[in-house]
Amino acid sequence: MEIFALMLSAVLIENFIFSRFMGCCPFLGVSEKPSTAVGMGMAVVFVMTLSSALTWAIYYLILVPFHLEYLQTIAFILAIAALVQFIELFLRRFVPALYGALGIYLPLITTNCAVLGAALINIQQGYSFLESVIFGCSAGLGFTLAIVIFAGVRQKMTFCNPPRAFRGFPLTLIAAGLAAMAFSGFSGLSM
Amino acid sequence: MNKKFYIEHLKEGLLTNNPTFVQLLGMCPTLAVTTSVSNSIGMGLSATAVLMFSNLFISLLRKFIPKQVRIAAYIVIISGFVTAIELLLHAFLPSLYASLGLFIPLIVVNCIILARAEAFASKNGPLRSLWDGLAMGLGFTFALILIGSVREILGAGSILGYDLTFGVWQPALLFIMPAGAFITLGCIIAAVTALRRAADARVKAKEKTARVTGKEEE
Repeated sequence: MEIFALMLSAVLIENFIFSRFMGCCPFLGVSEKPSTAVGMGMAVVFVMTLSSALTWAIYYLILVPFHLEYLQTIAFILAIAALVQFIELFLRRFVPALYGALGIYLPLITTNCAVLGAALINIQQGYSFLESVIFGCSAGLGFTLAIVIFAGVRQKMTFCNPPRAFRGFPLTLIAAGLAAMAFSGFSGLSM
Repeated sequence: MNKKFYIEHLKEGLLTNNPTFVQLLGMCPTLAVTTSVSNSIGMGLSATAVLMFSNLFISLLRKFIPKQVRIAAYIVIISGFVTAIELLLHAFLPSLYASLGLFIPLIVVNCIILARAEAFASKNGPLRSLWDGLAMGLGFTFALILIGSVREILGAGSILGYDLTFGVWQPALLFIMPAGAFITLGCIIAAVTALRRAADARVKAKEKTARVTGKEEE
């Protein structure tokens, strides 16, 4: 039950984009078509789940025993960068179909603050290993949900005719604001 | 000549090539910490400090960093400075540290810093890179303060904690909620775009009249 509450809160209530503002760059950049949005979302779920496990292990098995907790930012970003490189090589070698689908999104993920953010939240909240992995995975799913819904909204937006200054990025932001308003309705769900 | 570069570059960072409003970089911290002016200032100045030092060191090391691993090297340098800033804030400004929370370590993945490292510091001398860091950092700070003041005035009815409602009007809570962040930023960027377009049009009109009058003189 607790696990279910954790998942629901990571996907809906504390949605990474609409309430924590993590991962906004890919959210605004790669949300033009639902198909690319799904690809990006899946890549994020994949990397976030693995990186949550990896950074948890690094923190509790390496940094804590040596009293190096203050190095967590450096250690985590390096671990994530290495992990992304490794996943890329692994997929290209062994699962070319998946690499074809996710490959172009992977390099973008290293500097996605959602991945580092999830790793830091896991430590901050003192989650256990299992909770960390579940949190990482469901935060990624929440990101996917947001980006896919928003890609649908943006497709509709190409047909509208806003004032010239609002065209492009500003209108995207305002649409995101409206979507965030819809998501803030979930904050009434109490666990 | 040299002095001109520094003045021009400062203007570029603050206005014509503002990292937030024109380059559209670093959206996550921009949206997340601008709930109040004091948070905006804290975030802006921390990022400026990191940007200046990382630019300086990347510029000094630019001949030694192999091209293939440069991004990884930049990230290590940047996260070193971010950790230093994080520890300093924790020690000396605990309330700011608490209200910025996770977004201090997340300065590491702020795309402005990596973008300046790649686009400027890796190609220019240390002094110029330091100045570039200052100019872009101040531009980022300026943008954050602008968004933060709009959101704090409209959303909380105060500025820097001083009450502005005088019991007369109700602040619209929407503006300090996440949705308000997106909407405010969208409107401000639209306004900036409109102003830039107007300025461009004026410059073009001037050139045109100059050309026309020039032709008439012939």
